[in-house]
Amino acid sequence: MEPQHGDRPHSPGPSVHPIGFAAGVACILVGLIINPKLIAPIGAAIAIVFGFLWARDATKEFRGAPVHPVQPERGGPPPSTDAAAVPADQGEAAMPEPEPGERFPRSKFLEFSTLGLGGVIGGLVTVPALGFMVIPAYRKQGYPMVDLGPLTNFTEGKWFVTKFFMHPETGDVSHRTAYIRNNGFLNGKPSLTIISNRCAHLGCPVQPNGPVQDNQAKEIKGKNGQEITMIPTIPAGGYGCPCHGGQYDSEGNRVSGPPVRALDRYDFEVVDGRLVLGKPYSVAHVDGEGKNARIHKYKLTGPGEHVDGWEQIFYPLQPPH
Amino acid sequence: MAVTTRTRKSARRRQLEAAINYPIDWLEERSGLIGGLRYFLFRKVPGDTNWFHTLGSATLTAFLVQALTGVILAMYYQPDATVNPATGTSAAYGSIQHITNDLTLGWLVRGMHKWGASVFIILLFFHMARVFLFGAYKYPRELNWIIGVTLLVFGMLEGFTGYLLPWDQTAYWATVVGINLNGTAPILGPFLADFLRGGAEIGGDTLSRFYSLHMLLLPGAIFALIGLHLYLVIRLGVTSPPWSREAAGTDWNEKPSENGRSGLTQPSGRSAWRRNGADT
Repeated sequence: MEPQHGDRPHSPGPSVHPIGFAAGVACILVGLIINPKLIAPIGAAIAIVFGFLWARDATKEFRGAPVHPVQPERGGPPPSTDAAAVPADQGEAAMPEPEPGERFPRSKFLEFSTLGLGGVIGGLVTVPALGFMVIPAYRKQGYPMVDLGPLTNFTEGKWFVTKFFMHPETGDVSHRTAYIRNNGFLNGKPSLTIISNRCAHLGCPVQPNGPVQDNQAKEIKGKNGQEITMIPTIPAGGYGCPCHGGQYDSEGNRVSGPPVRALDRYDFEVVDGRLVLGKPYSVAHVDGEGKNARIHKYKLTGPGEHVDGWEQIFYPLQPPH
Repeated sequence: MAVTTRTRKSARRRQLEAAINYPIDWLEERSGLIGGLRYFLFRKVPGDTNWFHTLGSATLTAFLVQALTGVILAMYYQPDATVNPATGTSAAYGSIQHITNDLTLGWLVRGMHKWGASVFIILLFFHMARVFLFGAYKYPRELNWIIGVTLLVFGMLEGFTGYLLPWDQTAYWATVVGINLNGTAPILGPFLADFLRGGAEIGGDTLSRFYSLHMLLLPGAIFALIGLHLYLVIRLGVTSPPWSREAAGTDWNEKPSENGRSGLTQPSGRSAWRRNGADT
């Protein structure tokens, strides 16, 4: 029986390497959530090993490794006289076959060296440029301590819309607003509720649901002369966002609408009787009220990102801030 | 008498034609550009194309208007968030006001760019609807549909990045919401948001970054993709409308081609536009 084309084995049989590679990737993803320091690197190692084996198998043919030595078919059926062209696998070879041991002819060497050298030169230019494009955005920038003036300005039990500049030199773009209430003292230490006005949905500025007493606005100066505006307010109905209708109670807990958590808050210190604002942090929700509130506190995350509940698996990593 | 006038006229005409043809031939002989242009412009199209087929070139025109007005606006606009202590406004917003209120015809060119952006997106969608409803995305034109969708995405990114540039309250808050929206994407969202902002907070770097994306990276990518898009349109030809009764590429007087696919790309034999009246 004459050998048919289909009888020739074309590709190696099924391999375990792709499965191992997939398992490694799955291990990375699971590890990123459970334990980014241990499980994820193990998964990465598995993925790299199996990926290498897979790639080695897949490229065997192109690398010239002897997979299935097949004799070139020569002198098959004689070419018919009226055929326009002889199929390439039946005619005479245009170039002589390479010598038996010569699997890497000079033309291949030149091809690979041109591509390799070009790749190296291209990489030398593009890798630093792309790094410069991306990396500075993830640099740890930190938050400045902002002096908000004497603590005595904040009457106990009253809310104040407090407007300040985080980086006064950059102008309005660093304008921030916090809703501040002095809760008096807790265990001998001053207690304040300082709620950020950044909506936990998509970052619009929330407004108090209640009178804002603009006629009692007070302009004060921070320690280094920066402008601070304090306006008394009565957020009896909590806070509401003008953009998409998110509603919060006066402790910043989500009441209704699209927000996924409570409003962010600011750390603070009292230094020489002056209120100094620290780093903002995210809050899942607050139990209780005022000085007795129990705050479920998390690292600062962007608006719209869950910090608790099962949805937190979508945000396993945060850039350093 | 009449004969001599005509011959004299035609002699002058010949001279004139030679004067016009010489540089064209010179260029063609050395570059082949004229042939390329003829190949591009004088293509054979189905006889029953209609006005809906012009939506693509209308979109292209809208994009070219954006490119031209944008280049000129960039001569006056300053992507600088620094606050001028004398006026209390940022350099960026100040330059927008300067363009709109002070410079001759600045209001017009800025208006063309601002409203033209909406026209561009609207025409994109009309063109897309035409291609979809005519079934013109089907084999062998799937790749051109994919390129078109990429163009739509890049066009919308142009809108997103351009919206920040006036650096006013609308621009700022729209960008806050837009970037935070990206930030809610799973896993990489927070990193994407930081990349777009150039840091943890919106500031001067965000403005410069959006300006660079808006006027360098995205338009360059869009020009390249439009080139590919048009290349495929020319290579594959224009589709007949779905109500067309003529098989693509068949001709009145010739028997249908033996190869079922021939004529799908370019009508064979006597061209379709010819039989629509040029013969008569």
